[in-house]
Amino acid sequence: MSAILAVMEQRDGALRKVSHEILAAARILADAQGGTVDALVCGAGPVGGADELGRYGADRVLVAAHPEFARYSPDGYASTAAALAGSHAGIVLGATATGRDLGPRIAAKLGVGFAADVTALRVDGGAVIATRPIYAGKALQTVKLTGTPAIVSIRANTFPATEAGKPGAVEAAPVPDFTARVTVTGVKAPADAALDVAEAAIVVSGGRGLKEPENFRLIEELAAAFGNAAVGASRAVVDAGWRDHSAQVGQTGKTVSPGLYIAVGISGAIQHLAGMRTAKTIVAINRDADAPIFKVADYGIVGDLFEVVPKLTEAVKAARAGS
Amino acid sequence: MKIAVCLKRVPDTTTKIVIGSDGKSIDEAGVKFVPNPYDEYAVEEALARIEAAGGGETVVYCLGGDASQETIRTALAMGIDRGVLLQGSGSADGLEVAKALAAELKDGGFDLILFGKLAVDDYNHQVGPMTAELLDLPCVTSVAHLKVEGGKVEAEREIEGGVEVSTCALPAVLTCDKGLNTPRLPKLKGIMAAKKKPLDVRPVTLGAGTIELVGLEPPPPRTEGRIVGEGADAVPELVRLLQTEAKVL
Repeated sequence: MSAILAVMEQRDGALRKVSHEILAAARILADAQGGTVDALVCGAGPVGGADELGRYGADRVLVAAHPEFARYSPDGYASTAAALAGSHAGIVLGATATGRDLGPRIAAKLGVGFAADVTALRVDGGAVIATRPIYAGKALQTVKLTGTPAIVSIRANTFPATEAGKPGAVEAAPVPDFTARVTVTGVKAPADAALDVAEAAIVVSGGRGLKEPENFRLIEELAAAFGNAAVGASRAVVDAGWRDHSAQVGQTGKTVSPGLYIAVGISGAIQHLAGMRTAKTIVAINRDADAPIFKVADYGIVGDLFEVVPKLTEAVKAARAGS
Repeated sequence: MKIAVCLKRVPDTTTKIVIGSDGKSIDEAGVKFVPNPYDEYAVEEALARIEAAGGGETVVYCLGGDASQETIRTALAMGIDRGVLLQGSGSADGLEVAKALAAELKDGGFDLILFGKLAVDDYNHQVGPMTAELLDLPCVTSVAHLKVEGGKVEAEREIEGGVEVSTCALPAVLTCDKGLNTPRLPKLKGIMAAKKKPLDVRPVTLGAGTIELVGLEPPPPRTEGRIVGEGADAVPELVRLLQTEAKVL
């Protein structure tokens, strides 16, 4: 029987939402082969939500405790996961800041390949087949993983978390001796602890049509009206210094797959379209009816964003207050 | 100080991707190739560090076909001292690329080995940290802010909703993110000088690896959308559609 190791993510002692999505992806691999899912939680002490992971698809929860694991420890996490790999047919991570850093280290330690940023998974003839958007989503690559374990990282918002309702047994996992070549000394959180565009369920992005950096206030207000939306930006306004690079959507920024993407004053350069075309619903607001953004938008409003956006913000607030 | 930069030749980000007749690669006809944009941050960082240190050596490594010589020359034109082309075809398995680079870099005596955080073609973001692992060197990925002092590295990288700060000792492998610096443009003098800089060509053969390329296809087309209306008057209808049709509100 083949077991799949699902590498969970926690910050400040609480599991991150992507962990449940990682379990959903691990479940696909396990169920195809009649196998089980082990959730690996690295932490310095108790991690909130670890005992709940059974509900999201874990058969066992392996808790690896080490004082260094209060923060992410690249070498410690990689050594711990690699030590468990011998008894696992596959390893699933998140395509997050942590998973993108950790996955390659585990793969190199084990001498097998790593399929990063996967958006679809299946098992065919015992081999894992993974689909990955490349060229920032302008093409979909399909690869077959022939090594053991098969190691993949999954994009946020592409494997919906499922609640299975089974309890998962919590066990302690051994942490092997490791040399911490890199030490994470701290995390600087922004004052408003902004939602990340790559993980948010709703993204409201602004572009050059806003004319002035101060006018991003309109975007922030619309995002706030939704309650759970992140603020994104086009490359043009990031390069102009209006917004931080962390907000950039597109080929030299982030590729996002939210449930709703609202593009305001963004004409839709090919690099930007590549980065957001997998959003479930796309709304575009632009004065230019011929802007390429309207070719991918489900719903478009042609008009002056300075008139449309405040109205939309009010309407969204009203709709949410009424529901 | 001695710094290596690993560089990749990729299609320009404005390229419209057309799938080739083999169904596994892109049609390269008419495609403009450039140095991977994230690798340019690595080139700039190497040059700025050497200038600040008042001397040293910078070497660029590139794995690819003969056309990659042009990519290496671009880095030489920016100011890198010499180039090495590991001549061979790439692999869908980043570990095989990392093995070839690690074998080459192992005895180079580098204080820093710099990569871009990812290549904008295959989006693997793995060759840097894999190379570090194979060389048994510390590695910080996606570095957007960097301090190197007295043999110690302090690096900042973006994580979801924050910035992670880490430290390690030299020698180290770092992968570079946007925000680290502003890459310089090659000047005419640099372009002329680059033609005379040493560029070694060494054939490499990559192993088969464990990631097998099955196919490449265009993303599914989005179903044709519609213009809901013009101006602020269209807002109520948009909100209605978001509630009843898209069910996202």
